[in-house]
Amino acid sequence: MTVIPASERVKPKLGRDDWVMRSFIAVIGVYLVVTLAFPLYAMLSKSLSTFQFDLTQFELQIDKGDGWSDTISVKQLNDKIGKYSSAELNTSSDGRLPIVSMLPDFSFRGKTKYRLRNVGDKSFFIHGSEQILGTKWHEYSSNEFRRVMLRPIKSIGFGNFIQYFSTPALFNSISNSLFIAFISTIITISLAFTFSYALARSKMRGKGIFKIIAMMPILVPSLLPGIALVYLFGNQGMIKGLMGGYSIYGPIGIVIGSVFFTFPHAMIIIQTALSISDARLYEASDALGASKFKTFMTVTLPGARYGLISAAFVVFNLVITDFGLPKVIGGQYNVLAVDIYKQVIGQQNFEMGAVVSVVLLIPAMFAFGVDRMVQAKQVAMLSASSVPYQPKPNKRFDRTMLAYCLLIAGFIITIIGVCQYAALVKFWPYDLTFSLTNYDFDLMDGGGWGSFYNSLKLAIMVAIIGTVVVFTGAYMVEKVPGFGAGRTTFQFLAMLPMAIPGMVLGLAYIFFFNNPSNPVNFIYGTMAILVVCTVTHFYTVSHLTALTALKQMDKEFESVSASLKQPFYKLFARVTVPVCLPAILDISIYLFVNAMTTVSALIFLYSPDTTLASIAMLNMDDAGDIAPAAAMGMMIFYANATARTLHAWASKGIYKTTQAWRTR
Amino acid sequence: MNNQQAKAEPFLKVRGLTKMFGNFTALKHLDLDVSESEFVCFLGPSGCGKTTFLRAIAGLDIQTKGSIIQAGKDISALPPAERDFGIVFQSYALFPNLTVRRNVAYGLENEGKDKRAVNARVDELLKLVGLPDQADKYPAQLSGGQQQRIALARALATSPGLLLLDEPLSALDAKVRGYLRHQIKDLQEQLGVTTIMVTHDQEEALTMADRIVVMDNGIIEQVGTPTEIYREPRTLFVADFIGEMTQVEAVATSSSSAQLGNIQLATTQFDGDKGDAGVLTIRPEDILVYTSKKKSGDNIFAAKIDELEFLGSFWRAMISSDKLGSSRLKADISINVARDISLTDGMELVVELPQRSLRFYPGEKLL
Repeated sequence: MTVIPASERVKPKLGRDDWVMRSFIAVIGVYLVVTLAFPLYAMLSKSLSTFQFDLTQFELQIDKGDGWSDTISVKQLNDKIGKYSSAELNTSSDGRLPIVSMLPDFSFRGKTKYRLRNVGDKSFFIHGSEQILGTKWHEYSSNEFRRVMLRPIKSIGFGNFIQYFSTPALFNSISNSLFIAFISTIITISLAFTFSYALARSKMRGKGIFKIIAMMPILVPSLLPGIALVYLFGNQGMIKGLMGGYSIYGPIGIVIGSVFFTFPHAMIIIQTALSISDARLYEASDALGASKFKTFMTVTLPGARYGLISAAFVVFNLVITDFGLPKVIGGQYNVLAVDIYKQVIGQQNFEMGAVVSVVLLIPAMFAFGVDRMVQAKQVAMLSASSVPYQPKPNKRFDRTMLAYCLLIAGFIITIIGVCQYAALVKFWPYDLTFSLTNYDFDLMDGGGWGSFYNSLKLAIMVAIIGTVVVFTGAYMVEKVPGFGAGRTTFQFLAMLPMAIPGMVLGLAYIFFFNNPSNPVNFIYGTMAILVVCTVTHFYTVSHLTALTALKQMDKEFESVSASLKQPFYKLFARVTVPVCLPAILDISIYLFVNAMTTVSALIFLYSPDTTLASIAMLNMDDAGDIAPAAAMGMMIFYANATARTLHAWASKGIYKTTQAWRTR
Repeated sequence: MNNQQAKAEPFLKVRGLTKMFGNFTALKHLDLDVSESEFVCFLGPSGCGKTTFLRAIAGLDIQTKGSIIQAGKDISALPPAERDFGIVFQSYALFPNLTVRRNVAYGLENEGKDKRAVNARVDELLKLVGLPDQADKYPAQLSGGQQQRIALARALATSPGLLLLDEPLSALDAKVRGYLRHQIKDLQEQLGVTTIMVTHDQEEALTMADRIVVMDNGIIEQVGTPTEIYREPRTLFVADFIGEMTQVEAVATSSSSAQLGNIQLATTQFDGDKGDAGVLTIRPEDILVYTSKKKSGDNIFAAKIDELEFLGSFWRAMISSDKLGSSRLKADISINVARDISLTDGMELVVELPQRSLRFYPGEKLL
């Protein structure tokens, strides 16, 4: 037997479990690096890549029938006639400059012959689709020479950013986006706070149904309220008169729609904050003879302040990164998220798309950072042992609150109801008979019913694969002993997706996965990349849900299991997963619903074979088929509502059968 | 210790155990031997390193340096699953979604035993911990004490060579705690399993342990039987931590006497010389009181009762004397003695501080 000398550091021997767990964490860590870190890096480097035609890199000889002329550089050629200014020589990665544009007397029918070559190995030009590198002369007839294009040289620098900030049409979007997000946040938070306050502090009836209605906007894509608003207030809107001459297409429409789709997100957070306030504080305030208003200002608001701040930043983030709604109802009002789309899809200017993405990342990262800081404090408040507040009946207050909640519920129902009506009416506003023709998606652009089935397929795959990946990852982070640096890195990667707007992620995926030299390039254009992108996009919230559930488990389970010589996966399968089943179901429904409604990241990634319902909505709306777009929106709503009902039902059943131990 | 122990190789042998968390040293070069079937308690205030020590022995937080040898096998670097121990935590750590039966059977199931054998073993263990008819309940349906007994049954299921108990009784109320103390001790004697228990409760340690390891600040202050620890605390920390102890500042006059106020007191032998300042200690119950002035000799002097407090089975008196200077002594006087001398507040009497109960710690300050 050898005994370790006392002076030597003990090197713990890794057991089989340690190896398995570490491989797991490595696999999921690599997954996050490949699906998140690398694409973002690709995007950042893209935003810093500038492309310019360097005319000094090309040399030309001309033969007008009397032998080859002296060699001249293309720069001399350009300088002589002053065709392009140096600013005009800036271009994108795709830029092509016809050499003949610098030859004023060029005619493709001429007999003149041309020779072109690169000066060094930095540059190249193309003839048709043939790339020509190297310093060898290439000879062309006039007819061929018109097909010769110079290609730009890549360099690294802030050129794109300089160009961005010197183009008012582009950078105006920054203030537009901030303005919209700011106004929407203030309105949503005020409305959601009052609503949550009514639910938590009044004795009004119908709280259950109000909660369900308030959650409905989560089940539809953000562009659905846009479509409803077009029907209500658009050029042929039902109650267009109410707009008083203002147009719904623009900031007004975006704000109203944003309030609609961010309302449930704000409500959930504020409701949690209100529900943890301590009844004893209210009793103390009462006993001290404070007025209701004073109690509200000194107890209620301070108690909920972290919730309010957190909700505000979440809403801000949702609005500023949203793409679908401003695309549908934004009109000429440019915002950052739509700019990315326009640059990439409209102008094929990927570098500028990357620049706008980086610009959009800044407020999103900031909002995310503040939210995380505040959330940490909220958790600290939760752990205090407090007595839950029980509201007492107060007729006038309860009635006012009921009226208010009816108003909010009415707004939500109206938006969804209008969409439903629009979907069923044959041809608004001329033929108001009901029919199902708008559901005949196969006759429209956007991929037809196939899109809807693709969306279902995507949502199911995301729900299953995402839940497995996220929960396993969270388990490893929470329970693997030691391994400090790995854990911190993993935790950082898991939190990052929340700060990355969908548009940015989608664009980053193009740069990374569409690169032919990428070994996983083959997944580009398939369903797989949509699944991967969606799982990554919604990773953070799922991860946090899993972590919360795992943290509630006794931290000594692993120790006990190891002392009984049982492998960790037995504990995982027999105890961890069953105990966390409610949280696991929550994660899967969250992923399902989001996969059904998301547009932003996937708009860049779908292919003709993988069109999706939410994107079909957008494309049909773009093509003027608004009623079918509304119909598709309602299909998404039905699917999500069904999934949620099934989830509620399954949770109940599972609770009964597998969670029997919870009841004493 | 005795010769037998010195001859036999100890069951658990810890040498030079050091545990660092970053720059903080939680355990400083600990040596410890535990013999087979022994019940050892790690006792100390919170943060003294006792739980860290236990977790190092379990392999849950492997030490930075040093070796641990269990049953002749070097387990210093082994992961928990490759060691031979059962463990019980303060939180019970019972699997909430498994019945009591399946909790206890958890470690047995893949040992290749058939279901009947497993069930029989579970029944045997449940009987052992006195809960034979609770097999089909879920942990949440049991009381804290019952849950802890199930946790004990689960830890013992695989018949481990070493049983580790991490503050197993701390989460329970006083009555259940007293009962479980005996049950655990009886069980341990019955099964003869070598046991290490971590506790911050000295009463628990004194009543249950064969030997106590008193720890403070990551070092072992003293190892000994409960009586040794109580009667002959090696350091002032141990003297102060275990039981009631009066401490007064004094100066050594030889290596077995000290000057306190105007009186020179004979003490037990200590490691110091004339002139060393330090702390003199005596337990309140060791002070003897008499009424008669006949009694005279070493460590006997006239004194007066300053304060008297009734504590049920005894009186606690504060004693002052010209001889003591400004120092006052705490004395516990049993009901019987009090009756015999008709104890009253303010009375004059004669006090004896027996030499065998007086201990002097040179170089120490009052704690």
